[in-house]
Amino acid sequence: MSMRIKAALMALPLAASLAAGSVRAEEVNIYSYRQPFLIEPLLEAFTAETGIQTNVVYGEGLVERMETEARNSPVDVLITPNTTVLMSAYNKGLTQPVNDSILLDNIPAQYRAADNHWFGLTTRARIIYASKERVAPGEITTYEQLADPEWEGRICTRSGKHSYNLSLFASMIAHHGEAYTREWMEGLKHNLARRPQGNDRSQVKAIHDGVCDISLGNSYYFGAMLTNEEEPEQQDWARSVNLIFPNQDDRGAHMFISGIALAKYAPNQANAIALMEFMVSPEAQYLYAQDNFEFPVRPGIERSDLIKQYMGDFKEDPLSLTTITDHIDEASRLVDEVAYDF
Amino acid sequence: MTAVTTLAMPRRHALGQNRLARRWRFAVLLTATLVVLPIASVFYLALFPSHNIWRHLVDTVLFYYLDATVRLLLGVGLCATLIGVSTAWLVSACDFPGRRWFEWALLLPFAVPAYVIAFVYTDLLEFAGPLQGALREAFGWRSARDYWFPEIRSMGGAIAMLSLVLYPYVYLLARATFVDQARSMVAASRSLGCTPWQSFYRLSLPMARPAIAVGLALVLMETLNDFGTVDYFAVRTLSIGIYDTWLNQSNLGGAAQIASLMLGFVVVLIGLERFGRRRQQHYSPAGQSGQADRYRLRGGRALLAWTLCALPLVLGFAVPAGRLAFYALRNLGAYWTPDFFQLSLNSLLLSASAALVTVALGVLLAYGKRLFPSRGLNAGVGLAKLGYAMPGTVLAIGVMIPLAAFDNSLDALLRASFGISTGLLLSGTVVALIFAYSVRFLAVAAGAVESSLAKVTPEMDRAARSLGQSSLQTLWRVHLPLIRPGLLTAALVVFVDCMKELPATLILRPFNFDTLATHVFQFASDEKLEASALGALLIVLVGLGPVILLSRSVSRRND
Repeated sequence: MSMRIKAALMALPLAASLAAGSVRAEEVNIYSYRQPFLIEPLLEAFTAETGIQTNVVYGEGLVERMETEARNSPVDVLITPNTTVLMSAYNKGLTQPVNDSILLDNIPAQYRAADNHWFGLTTRARIIYASKERVAPGEITTYEQLADPEWEGRICTRSGKHSYNLSLFASMIAHHGEAYTREWMEGLKHNLARRPQGNDRSQVKAIHDGVCDISLGNSYYFGAMLTNEEEPEQQDWARSVNLIFPNQDDRGAHMFISGIALAKYAPNQANAIALMEFMVSPEAQYLYAQDNFEFPVRPGIERSDLIKQYMGDFKEDPLSLTTITDHIDEASRLVDEVAYDF
Repeated sequence: MTAVTTLAMPRRHALGQNRLARRWRFAVLLTATLVVLPIASVFYLALFPSHNIWRHLVDTVLFYYLDATVRLLLGVGLCATLIGVSTAWLVSACDFPGRRWFEWALLLPFAVPAYVIAFVYTDLLEFAGPLQGALREAFGWRSARDYWFPEIRSMGGAIAMLSLVLYPYVYLLARATFVDQARSMVAASRSLGCTPWQSFYRLSLPMARPAIAVGLALVLMETLNDFGTVDYFAVRTLSIGIYDTWLNQSNLGGAAQIASLMLGFVVVLIGLERFGRRRQQHYSPAGQSGQADRYRLRGGRALLAWTLCALPLVLGFAVPAGRLAFYALRNLGAYWTPDFFQLSLNSLLLSASAALVTVALGVLLAYGKRLFPSRGLNAGVGLAKLGYAMPGTVLAIGVMIPLAAFDNSLDALLRASFGISTGLLLSGTVVALIFAYSVRFLAVAAGAVESSLAKVTPEMDRAARSLGQSSLQTLWRVHLPLIRPGLLTAALVVFVDCMKELPATLILRPFNFDTLATHVFQFASDEKLEASALGALLIVLVGLGPVILLSRSVSRRND
């Protein structure tokens, strides 16, 4: 108890001095759902270029934290690995529009909110990983085929509740409707080699180990595994699979974004926008793409050699992310209804 | 109710007594209210969710969640009790080579977080791990389809992992009673011709049952609350359901509904704990237990006892710690950085502060309840313990709501009256973390303090008070010294628990603030065991000190 009071007392003069508008270091406060090792290099580059310090909280539940903190929230920007979190913040009225020409000119309309409340930073494709040994080229080319009986007992996925899978399932609903998607999801579940578990990487490992023949995963994990020096065995996992960008003959591969939004009460608004502009600058976009093997959201940025070599040019599903995100709830309910994870 | 009359002071003090009673009651109820606020917030969320999830859950996956939860609880409860009771009895009633060493070493697995042991064993036992690799090498198998090997990431695996690190709760409490049991009684039973087994089964075990029940209740609550292990092993318990509902369906209210359902389990567990304590009314007459000889085991029996004690120790501690040390040392230079030192310091200071605060609150509640037991107070103290049941993720939200509400109201008030802004004073600082830890672990602290206090005979209170000491003086000069070992136990257990705490820490921590647990989790969740090894090892090592102290304090009291 006394600790609490003491801490509060110690914080008082500090808060008072802040309120009095005394000079403080240039900074920007970030709530990040993305992991530190993914964005730290970028933030360091940002600080080096602008002198603006970045303060970060990494974790889950940050939108709820913004909500309870309300107008006193210290957060300036929210960084997320998907649109679900961005939309959740948006729907709670925790974001504000940024009508900034640098952002608008360089981020394709498909990958940002119509009212400029959130923006994509990188795009990712949800693709099929297939065993080089046990799956012939051309044997599977679409998401729809995942439910075909010939794949019985040969597919691995992570939990159906993970946002990556929910995003794909939501896009299936957007394209084919709920009834079709339910049946498809049941077929997919029936074809699983084991109960959904692990992350995208461990599905590829399972292919390498012979547990299954194909899996769903994000494209950039391939690069992360193939270049892993710390755990070289991951390079073997990557070498055991082919990458299949689905539905190239029709709508294209399912794409989603990692994104950013400006907080409604951002106390360091100017710095926050500087960070957002930096994130779509050619050097940051290149760095992101180079380090994470994701695709730059800004057109015309050079892709890393590895991406050029293994992923080439492929067709992207042009459906707006807002439309897809609208179906996330439905997708999540379907996952429960077919008991996908059990 | 009877205690009120027994503790009542001579009549001339009656008036002052009333005022004092009011003060104590106020202090206790205030504390209880503070602690209950986060829990009440969660209930509030559950009552008014954005969309009601019950219908959907009942129609679809609720049964699976319940089924997995119940099977996990049964499995862990059974295994942890078997391991804890058998080893506790062996080291306290028998003598065999290594006994003195096992006595404290058997607590070591307590320092290993469940999610860490899960990572380590997956790494060892999965297809690509060294064991299966050696098997394939030896028998010429090629793929996972050529042979059968138990799947570590399964219900069975989760039961094994949790039992291995949670049995120390049962062990600790059971041993304390086995050692405490008036040796003269055991000696008497033996002089009456009981075999060691009969003496254990008919005397020691029934007498220890209350303590075992308390330990078991703690084990089960930890199990119910576990997120890291079950998530990693794809065992979908209610705590996974909460996580899914909240973060994947953006339905915090729905998550709170499941959390409230979990409280149902906890009410049962607290009932179990209380049932345990009710039978615990023998006040141990301090320092007069005659030392009965331990059964001296030789030959095969000694070997068997040694093996039984060594097994949980090796599996629950030596293997995971050894594996972590192997990884950590391989690349020590790369991971031992100033940043790492900073976050170790964060963990240490934070856990120590939280332990102090929590134990102080525990003493306040337990002693207030002893002085002035009433239905209201008992209920308040009981409610205050519910925090232990709240899944860390949900508890974090529950903590955030009242703290931020306080901060925002204060800010609004000051803005309106003086035109100054205080911003967020409590939320988003370590205060929020310490508050969360206190709410979470108050049950552990209060439980330990209560059971220590229960052993101090009421005559002590009366003697002190008749000598003119106030209730606070009595607490300070009589009770606290008497229950010091219990306090130490409580503080150390809370300290180690805080070091390991993950979900609430992830959600509530301030900017640029990491603890060892969050550090480890961030790498381990990306399946980078190597990068997380040093942090995990440090959590274990820092937990060791308290665990050894803890163990010593029990032994010293009785040897």
